[in-house]
Amino acid sequence: MNRPVEPGVITDAKKRYSAGVLKYSQMGYWAPDYEPRDTDVLCLFRITPQEGVDPVEAAAAVAGESSTATWTVVWTDRLTACDTYRAKAWKVEPVPGSQEQYFAWIAYDLALFEEGSISNMTASLIGNVFGFKPLKACRLEDVRIPVAYVKTFRGPPTGLIVERERLDKFGRPLLGATTKPKLGLSGRNYGRVIYEGLKGGLDFMKDDENINSQPFMHWRDRFLYVMDAVNKASAATGEVKGSYLNVTGATMEDIYERAEFARELGSVIVMLDLVVGWSAIQSMARWAREHDMIVHMHRAGHSTYTRQKSHGVSFRVMAKWLRLAGVDHLHAGTAVGKLEGDPMTVQGYYNVCRESFNARDLPRGLFFDQDWAALRKVMPVASGGIHAGQMHQLLDLFGDDVVLQFGGGTIGHPGGIQAGAVANRVALECMVKARNEGRDIRNEGLDILRTAARACTPLQQALDTWGDISFNYTSTDTSDYAVTPALAA
Amino acid sequence: MMTNPARRITQGQFSFLPDLDDVEIGQQIDYGLRKGFAWSVEYTDDPHPRNTYWEMHGMPMFDLSDAAGVLQEVRECRRAFPGHYIRLVAFDSTRGIESVAMSFIVQRPADEPGFRLLRQEGPGRSMRYTVQGYAADRPESQRY
Repeated sequence: MNRPVEPGVITDAKKRYSAGVLKYSQMGYWAPDYEPRDTDVLCLFRITPQEGVDPVEAAAAVAGESSTATWTVVWTDRLTACDTYRAKAWKVEPVPGSQEQYFAWIAYDLALFEEGSISNMTASLIGNVFGFKPLKACRLEDVRIPVAYVKTFRGPPTGLIVERERLDKFGRPLLGATTKPKLGLSGRNYGRVIYEGLKGGLDFMKDDENINSQPFMHWRDRFLYVMDAVNKASAATGEVKGSYLNVTGATMEDIYERAEFARELGSVIVMLDLVVGWSAIQSMARWAREHDMIVHMHRAGHSTYTRQKSHGVSFRVMAKWLRLAGVDHLHAGTAVGKLEGDPMTVQGYYNVCRESFNARDLPRGLFFDQDWAALRKVMPVASGGIHAGQMHQLLDLFGDDVVLQFGGGTIGHPGGIQAGAVANRVALECMVKARNEGRDIRNEGLDILRTAARACTPLQQALDTWGDISFNYTSTDTSDYAVTPALAA
Repeated sequence: MMTNPARRITQGQFSFLPDLDDVEIGQQIDYGLRKGFAWSVEYTDDPHPRNTYWEMHGMPMFDLSDAAGVLQEVRECRRAFPGHYIRLVAFDSTRGIESVAMSFIVQRPADEPGFRLLRQEGPGRSMRYTVQGYAADRPESQRY
């Protein structure tokens, strides 16, 4: 440091831009009087400053490192309208119930971002700053994308409304199952599972995230057998059926080649893994729009950065980016199944996927109002350790617009795969019917299932096998908020 | 007879349950009316999975807020087309939805022959598929 540290923002230009190192809060990245504009991108970070680091300085540093700053003063700032390009931290508050974490609100000018590019938005917002030494940890909790920016994205190629119209399935959740075992089946054996599940009553079957093109089953073989099963099941039931063909591959060329073949064979849907990256996802969204295809997004890998509360990116932010990028299905948690998820927090993700406007909702982890500007809606997918005995809870938590995927809960049924599918479909239909009739499914759900099971042996077997299986572990990711009198009223 | 577990065409919300009687149908209609949906009665003798446009038995009942009135339309349609498929469809005009919100079958023919799957072999083991109703071979109005 080549000069004494003065408190507050340095406004004298000569002092401000003389060579050396300043505090970020003095360089214009801390602006407590700033009034965020409707066109700003707003972020809420959860930061854990290193011991001795002032939280305001830490927040300003996050604003700086995720926008224009570097570690030292540079005179070339003065060639630009740098005051407008600096992100501005305008509020810092302790996280309720925490000793060392703070919420930092930061606003970014619209001109900092390339239109229609999630890669560019993420390169700024989560590019460098998460490894910044003065912070022990940093998490992007939520983001508000201004309408002006939303309108530069094309969003889901199909969207949940049009998907239902194409599939001719209304007024109930869709049913799916992931083919198991996820690795090792030959194409011929794999197609058998697809056929049994779909003929038994499921709407969709699904490739798993790590089924691509392995030695035991090359992708073309899988696609050919699966589509025979899909069409055969469609003829056997009179319903539109589908199977998410995972087109994830090593290169964009591979992905396009696989998607094109799926289209030629008449598939209504293809699948992509989150690990392919933002630009590949946006490329496939564009391809799917041109080819009337539904895109199923498996969020493979997300827990490496979404699960820990202190560091990473919240899944609600991922869901917002994915809705903008353009996916039609998105795995968004089950709350009651085997994978991480606090029910209220998971409902927050579902609202991000499905609502036209998200109102600020702190118990569900939504910190900002978000206007989606008529962008199409994403169909959330609940998958992972759920079974027919939880149907009332799932319908109560998530409503109709969701794909419920029972992989083990279909294929592991003692009466076989078709019986497993029947159990799930009957459980679903009886619960929708009961809810519509005005029954209190949350409390009467098990009775409703047991009554339906009297006329349906497969459902009885499912309840006997899994009826009391639950996954009651404490969630690691819950929302932190203080109940103010206004909220509690 | 079809060989799927329900032994019939499984379109609509409730095909895996025992047929709904008129009291139960009325309860579903009430649910839709409480949600502000408009009900419509549709019938067909071509239940192909991608036959979107079943015949409309009159216009959607936008101004009808009484389940008994909707049921009356269903009964009239059954009288006029005793061997056809009949479904109740509810429309939701909420901005951002503006589509069908419910759909379930309220009458089906006694005998449902189902569909054949035609395969046309292509190069590289690829295949083109056609789903064709067995009953659809006969002319309109002579199918069921």
